[in-house]
Amino acid sequence: MSKRQPTVVPLRKGQTGRPDRGNPLLPLKTTDLCFDINGKRIIDQVDLAITSDGISVILGPNGAGKSVLLRLLHGLLKPARGEVLWRGRHIDDTLRKRQALVFQRPVLMRRSVADNIRFAIALRSFPDAKHRLDRALELAGLTSQAYQPARALSGGEQQRLAIARALAIDPDVLILDEPSSNLDPGATLAIEQLIETARVEGKKVILVTHDLNQAKRIADEIIFIHHGRIIEQTPSPLFFNNPTSNHGRSYLDGGLLV
Amino acid sequence: MQDFSSSFTLAANLIWSAKPELLEIITLSLQVTLSAVVIACLIGFPIGALLAVAQFRGRTALTLLFNTLMGLPPVVVGLLVYMMLSNAGPLGFLQLLYTPVAMIIAQALLVTPIIIALTRQVIEDLYQEYAEQFHSLVVPRRTAVMALLWDARYGLITTALAGFGRAIAEVGAVIVVGGNIAHVTRVMTTAIALETSKGELALALALGFVLLFIAMTINASVFLLRASAARMSYV
Ligand SMILES: Nc1ncnc2c1ncn2[C@@H]1O[C@H](COP(=O)(O)OP(=O)(O)OP(=O)(O)O)[C@@H](O)[C@H]1O
Ligand SMILES: [Mg+2]
Repeated sequence: MSKRQPTVVPLRKGQTGRPDRGNPLLPLKTTDLCFDINGKRIIDQVDLAITSDGISVILGPNGAGKSVLLRLLHGLLKPARGEVLWRGRHIDDTLRKRQALVFQRPVLMRRSVADNIRFAIALRSFPDAKHRLDRALELAGLTSQAYQPARALSGGEQQRLAIARALAIDPDVLILDEPSSNLDPGATLAIEQLIETARVEGKKVILVTHDLNQAKRIADEIIFIHHGRIIEQTPSPLFFNNPTSNHGRSYLDGGLLV
Repeated sequence: MQDFSSSFTLAANLIWSAKPELLEIITLSLQVTLSAVVIACLIGFPIGALLAVAQFRGRTALTLLFNTLMGLPPVVVGLLVYMMLSNAGPLGFLQLLYTPVAMIIAQALLVTPIIIALTRQVIEDLYQEYAEQFHSLVVPRRTAVMALLWDARYGLITTALAGFGRAIAEVGAVIVVGGNIAHVTRVMTTAIALETSKGELALALALGFVLLFIAMTINASVFLLRASAARMSYV
């Protein structure tokens, strides 16, 4: 059996499949967002505004607070101070249902590949469940492994499955935490194609990565974070040509000290 | 009093010839314990899962309670059920004392805390893994519990087997509420106790072998289950 790679309609950067409609959850705004763990400030007075469609990439060194920030945006953690507003509304179950987060270490259920996707689809009672499953499997290139235990998949396959599962529930916002760390170039390409598919479908993508080349390839804007603070937020080409912050510049030069 | 070697020979003969007397006792034992374990699982799986997943006051206290009840001496359970079912007791009108049903109730009571405590542990471990993903997906509580029970099925079968092993081997509860009446409530362990006290070692030994064999089967099943679960990456 052949593994099919997802086919992607090429679009210009920044262009989405539904440019006229706009994303129903945007803008995302945080004001004075703070979060502590054991008395240590992990997220420090973050004022963030994500207003445009496309792919926002969060860059920053290890321990900068990227994963914690994603959890706060998605409402898995309650801020110590400040707030997270998606189009003016506090994050709650209703809003969270319109989003999907793929964790840095994907959480796969002890079931087959297909049943992992089925579980997510069943939560939203889509009328075309069967079709969605088939499409997700195809998107992940896992059709031939549909009935294998999900946790027996390779790392790259697990990542693809987690992303395909996230996409299967048709979120307006897709949040990805380092989806291709530890993956080889081929697997990374497959993931990036999945992300591209999401963008083309008009989903807002918020993605954390360490991989500068990946950021360069896919980002529409860069949000640079260091020690729990937003250092700069810049359109992608600009960031790579001429970062406005010194931290950003030294990170690009590979010399940022944590 | 038979001597030892002839007891072994007699016991082997008893098993080999599948004496009806022996078969009857074994069958009743299995029926009573299987029923008790099924009941205990029906009660214990959902309660254990809820204890693992739900957040409420007194959750830790309840967990401690069930962990303690795991070690409840069978005779004490027998005594409690006896007091409930005796003519003077609140359920005396049911006339259940010295029936297999009484024995099932006693063993179910004995095993339920075990199932609850072990289930809570199994489900809690799995929930630690799933919790954030479930929160993100907005999984309703009931769906979450069902999913956890299903995904932990290998662990839960092991749990049920542990309960079965404990119940089939206990004598204290069934002898108090069953009374070891021949052809009615005589099970393997009570028969062994009686025959030994009468000095009739052959039947006692034969039943002892059967019990050992059952214990071995249970252990082998647990072993095979673990292996197959591991092979499927389900542990
Ligand atoms: N559960 C936790 N308990 C204690 N400290 C934590 C916990 N989660 C995060 N931290 C701390 O918070 C800080 C930010 O963590 P976070 O996971 O957000 O970093 P990150 O930017 O995602 O790093 P990486 O690039 O390595 O994934 C780190 O210093 C980390 O040690
Ligand atoms: Mg992280």
